[in-house]
Amino acid sequence: MHGHDHAHHPALQHHFSTMSQQREAGVLGMWVFLLTEVLFFGGLFITYTLYRMWYYEAFAAASKSIEITPGLINTVVLIGSSLTMALSVRASQTNQRKATVNWLIATIILGSVFLGIKVYEYADKFEHHHVPGPSFQFASEHGAEGAAHEAAPAEGGHEVTMGPDQLQRTTQIFFSLYFVMTGLHALHMIVGIVILFIITWMAHKGRFDSEYHAPVEMTGLYWHFVDIVWIFLFPLLYLVERHN
Amino acid sequence: METPVYPAHNYLSNGHGLKSWLLTKDHKRIAILYLISISAFFFLGGLFAVGIRLELTTPQGDLFQPDTYNKFFTLHGVIMVFFFLIPSVPAVLGNFLIPPMIGAKDLAFPRINLLSWYIYVIGGIFTLFAIVAGGVDTGWTFYTPYSSASSSTNVAATALGVFIAGFSSILTGLNFIVTIHRMRAPGLHWFKLPLFVWAHYATSLIQVLGTPVVAITIVMVFAERAFGFGIFDPQRGGDPVLFQHLFWFYSHPAVYIMILPALGVISEIVSTFSRKRIFGYSFVAFSSLAIAVFGFIVWAHHMFVAGITVYAAMVFSFLSFSVAIPSAVKVFNWSATLHRGSLSFEAPMLYVYGFFGLFLIGGLTGLFLATLGTDIHLHDTYFVVAHFHYIMVGGAIMGYLGGIHFWWPKMIGRMYSEFWSRISAILVFVGFNLTFFPQFVLGYMGMPRRYHMYPDEFQVLNVLSSGGAAVLGLGYLLPVIYLVYSIKYGEVAGNNPWGASGLEWRTQSPPLTENFLEVPTDIPEAYEYTPKVIREAKLV
Amino acid sequence: MGGIPLFPEAASSFASEVDALYLFIVAVSAFFTVAVSAAVVFFAFRYRRKHPEEIGAHIEGSLPLELLWSVIPTIIAMVMFAWGAKLFYEMRRAPAESMQIYAVGKQWMWKFQHTGGQREINELHVPVGRPIKVLVTSEDVLHDLYFPSFRTKIDAIPGRYQTLWFEATKPGRYHIFCAEYCGTKHSGMIGTVIVMEPQQYQDWLAGGGSEGTMAERGAKLFNDLACNTCHLDSGQGRGPSLKDIIGKPVELAGGQTAVVDEAYLRESILNSQAKIVKGFTPLMPTFQGLVSEEGLAALIEHIKSLSPQAAASTPAPVPAAAPSTSTPAAPAQGARR
Repeated sequence: MHGHDHAHHPALQHHFSTMSQQREAGVLGMWVFLLTEVLFFGGLFITYTLYRMWYYEAFAAASKSIEITPGLINTVVLIGSSLTMALSVRASQTNQRKATVNWLIATIILGSVFLGIKVYEYADKFEHHHVPGPSFQFASEHGAEGAAHEAAPAEGGHEVTMGPDQLQRTTQIFFSLYFVMTGLHALHMIVGIVILFIITWMAHKGRFDSEYHAPVEMTGLYWHFVDIVWIFLFPLLYLVERHN
Repeated sequence: METPVYPAHNYLSNGHGLKSWLLTKDHKRIAILYLISISAFFFLGGLFAVGIRLELTTPQGDLFQPDTYNKFFTLHGVIMVFFFLIPSVPAVLGNFLIPPMIGAKDLAFPRINLLSWYIYVIGGIFTLFAIVAGGVDTGWTFYTPYSSASSSTNVAATALGVFIAGFSSILTGLNFIVTIHRMRAPGLHWFKLPLFVWAHYATSLIQVLGTPVVAITIVMVFAERAFGFGIFDPQRGGDPVLFQHLFWFYSHPAVYIMILPALGVISEIVSTFSRKRIFGYSFVAFSSLAIAVFGFIVWAHHMFVAGITVYAAMVFSFLSFSVAIPSAVKVFNWSATLHRGSLSFEAPMLYVYGFFGLFLIGGLTGLFLATLGTDIHLHDTYFVVAHFHYIMVGGAIMGYLGGIHFWWPKMIGRMYSEFWSRISAILVFVGFNLTFFPQFVLGYMGMPRRYHMYPDEFQVLNVLSSGGAAVLGLGYLLPVIYLVYSIKYGEVAGNNPWGASGLEWRTQSPPLTENFLEVPTDIPEAYEYTPKVIREAKLV
Repeated sequence: MGGIPLFPEAASSFASEVDALYLFIVAVSAFFTVAVSAAVVFFAFRYRRKHPEEIGAHIEGSLPLELLWSVIPTIIAMVMFAWGAKLFYEMRRAPAESMQIYAVGKQWMWKFQHTGGQREINELHVPVGRPIKVLVTSEDVLHDLYFPSFRTKIDAIPGRYQTLWFEATKPGRYHIFCAEYCGTKHSGMIGTVIVMEPQQYQDWLAGGGSEGTMAERGAKLFNDLACNTCHLDSGQGRGPSLKDIIGKPVELAGGQTAVVDEAYLRESILNSQAKIVKGFTPLMPTFQGLVSEEGLAALIEHIKSLSPQAAASTPAPVPAAAPSTSTPAAPAQGARR
C-alpha cells in the first residue's frame, strides 16, 4: 500500500512522503476543523439552553408561531442531500466519474432548495415583524392598547402567563437566537454549496480516482456536519412544546 | 574551530521579490511574514502603553481627554493580546521550527498556513480601521452591556477584527495538531519530541477548542450592536453576566495560548545552555497538557464579584489552584535541570534567567487572585494588571525574546551583537520590574484599573512605574536595531552555534526550503548531549 | 520603601483578616521566589561551563522529587484555598441584624439611599460598629462598588440586586471607587464613605431626610402607581396581600416555592409574571421602565414595613453573593420560568 509507486501520483504534494500520509493528514485536519465547528455552535447552544430555561414560556410561544411545514420539508431535504452526498463519495471511491458528478449536482440542488425555503421563511418573519430590532412585534396585535392588565394570548393561541411587554422582550431573545443560529447555519450551507461547485468541476475534469478522492470525502464530512447541526436546530427552534 | 560559511542556497535565497514572499507556502517564510507583522503590532500597542504611562505620571488626568485615555488602554489591550501575544511564539517560532524539529519538510497544510497569515492581516486591518476611524473604548474584554449598548465608539469594527484574527489562530492550531500527529520523521515517537513541540501541541488544543467559543460570543455582541438583537443587554431581557462566562471560557485559556509556547521555548534554552537533558522530561511534557486542560475549567475566577454564587466561587477558586501546580512543577524541573549542568550565559540564557524571576512572581501573585478572601479586595485593581503583565509580558515576552535570540542564527544564518543583546536582556528585566512591581503595591492600596485620574496618594508609585516603562521601552527597542543590523553585517553563525541537540540544528542555517536534504532517520532521544554533538557543532 | 504606604487603612471588621491572609501569601510567595532564585543563581556560579567541550551530567529525573514538589505546593495551596474560602463566606454573608442601604450605580455617580429617607450622591454616611448591608444595582452598565479600606467590593449589575456588607471599625473618611470599567468618566465615579461615631451619625440622620423615610416614600408610590387597588391587606384583592410576607416562603403557580426577599420583590415588580403566587391570575403589568431604581427600593422598603415582626430580623439571610436572581450558575435559575 505504501510503496513508492503511489508516490508518483500527480496529486501528491511535495512535503508528504506517501499518498496515505497525505490522506490521513487531510482527514485528521478535517475532523479537528469540525471539532472547532462543534465548539462554535456549542457556544450558541449553551446560550440557547440557558435562556430557554429562564424564559421557557416565551420560547414555547415564539416557537409555536413558527410555521412547522417548511422546517419539516427542509429537514427531509437536508437528509436527502446527505444521502446524495454519501453516494457521490462512494461513486468517487469506485472510479465512477459520471455518477460522482451527478450525485454532487443532486446535492447542490437539494442544498439550494433548502436555502430557497429558508429565504421564504425569513421573508415570512419580516412580514410578521418577528425580526428582532426596533420594529419587533410579538403578540401585541392580539391585545389592544390599554389592555395591559389582561394576560395577552400569545400568537398561536398558546396560553401564556406573561404580560405583553415581558413576552415582547423575551420572545425577542428567542428570535435573536433563531436568526443567529439559522443564519450561521445558512452561511455554512452557502459555503458548502460553493465548495460543492468547485468539487463538481474537479470531478468533471476527472481529477479524482480510487487513489485520490480526499476532496470529495472532506466535502462530504463537512456537508454531513452542517446537516447534523440542522438536525439539532430543527427541534430546538421549531418544536418547543409541540407535544400538547 | 573553523569559520562557518554562509550557505549559498537557502530558503531566503529561493525566490526574490515581493511576490515570492506574499505567495510563499514555505512555513519559514510565513514565519518571517508573521515576525514582521506582529512586531509592527507590538510597537503600535507599545505606543498606546506610552500614552497610558505618560498620562498616569500625574493624578489629575491632564494630558489626554478621558475618552482618549480609555481608547488607549483598550487598544493597548486589544492589540497586545489578539495581535501580538496570541500569535507571537506559535506563529513565528512554532511555524518556523516545528517542521524541522520533527524532521518534516513543511507543515501539513502549507496553503492554510499562508491563509492564516492573510486572515490575521485582514483582522488587523479591521482593527486598524477602527483605530483610524476614532478608536474603541470598551476595554479589551468587551464587557456587555457597555460594549453592546452603551459605548458609541467603533466596537463593531474592532470586534470583527478580533473575530477574524481568531480564525487565523484556529487554523494555526489545526495545522500544528495535524503536523505533530502525522508528519513526524520515522522513528520520532512522542517521547522523543522536544518539549517545545509538546507545548505547542497543548497550545493548539486550546486554540482549536477555545477560539470558536469567543468567536460566536463576538458574533452575538456584534448582532446585538448592529441589528438590535437582544442577547446580553438587560434592557432587552438579556443577561450581561452570561457574556462574561462565554468570554472567559475562551479568554482564560487564551492566557495559556500566550504563555505555554513560551514555556516550551524556555525548556529548549535551559537544556541547550546547560547541555543537559531536561529534568523530568515527561513531567514537563504532561504539565503542558495539564495546564491546557485545567485552563478550561477555571474561567469563573474572573467573576468572583460578578454575581456568581458563593458555592460556585468556591469551586472555581479550588480549581484555579489546580493550574498552579503544573506551573510550579515546570519551574522546579527547570531549576533542577541546571544542577550539574554545563552552564553558559549568552543572551538567550539571560532572558531565561530573567524569565525565572518574572514568571515566579507572576505565577505566585496568581495565588492572591485565586484565593477568594484576597481576590475580593484585589479584583479589578492594579494588582491584577501587575499580575497578568508579569505572566504575559514577564513570562511570555521574555520567552519570546529568548526564543528569537536563540533561533535567530538558525532563521537568518548570522549572529547578532553579543554585547548589546546582553545589555538589552538586562534592561528588559530591570525596566520590567520597575514598571510593574510598584503596581502590586498600588493594587493592594486599592487603585482600580482603567483609571484616567487617581487620588494623589498613588502618585509616587505611578511615577516610578512610568519611569520603569521608559527603561523597558529602551530594552525592547535595542533588539530591533542589533537584530536588523545582524541580517547584513552579522557574523556567519554556522549550523549549530550553541551546540544544541535538536533536529533543527542538524540542518544548515538558514535552512533549505525543504529543511533537510534527507529526512533524518537516526533520531536520538530528546536533549541527548554527548561529546559527539558538541564536536559535530564544530565548537571545539 | 520609605514613605510609600503599603496598605490602605484597615477600617472594617474583616480588613485585618484580609491583610493577614495577604501577608501569609506574601510570605509563601517570597519564600518560593527567594528559594528558587537563590538556587538558580547558585547553580549559575557552581556549574558554569569551564571547558568548551564540557557537557552536563546525564540525569533523567526523579520521581520522589517530582512528587515532593507537586504535593507540598498542593498542600500549601489548599491552606490558602480554605482560609480564603472561609473569609469569603463571611464577607458574603451579611449578619441578620444589618442596617440596610441601597446603592445605585449610574454613569458616572453612586447614589445611596438610607431607609430613613436620606439620599446621597458619591457620599455615604455610616455609623461605626454596626454591620451594614448594601444592596447594589445599576441603572445602565456594569459598575463595581469598591471600598478599599473595608477590603470589599461587588459588581453593580443592571437588572438585579447584589449584596455587600461591612462593619466599619474606625471613624474617618475613606475612598469609594468604581472598580468595573463603565465608560468615559469611570475614574470620576469615586466618592467618600464617612464613618461616624453612632451619636454623630444620629445627628447627621436628624439633619436630613425631609421627604420622609424610604418606606413612607414607598407608601406614596404604592398609591400613585395604584398598587393598592389590587394588593389589599385582606387578601381579597386581585393581587396577593403583602402583609407579613417578608422572609416567608410563598407557593407559586408552578408548584415551586420562593422565599420573599428583596430580589424576589424586585423581580415581581419589574417582571410580575416571572413568579406567580398560587391562586392568582397574572394580571399585573410590568413596571419595567416605569419606576426608577430609587423608587423601586422605596417600594421594597414600604412592603418590608408591612411585615413588622420580620423587621427585627430583616431580611431572611440571603445567600449574599447570590441574590436569587439570574446567575447562570445559580441553582435558583430553574425557578424562573
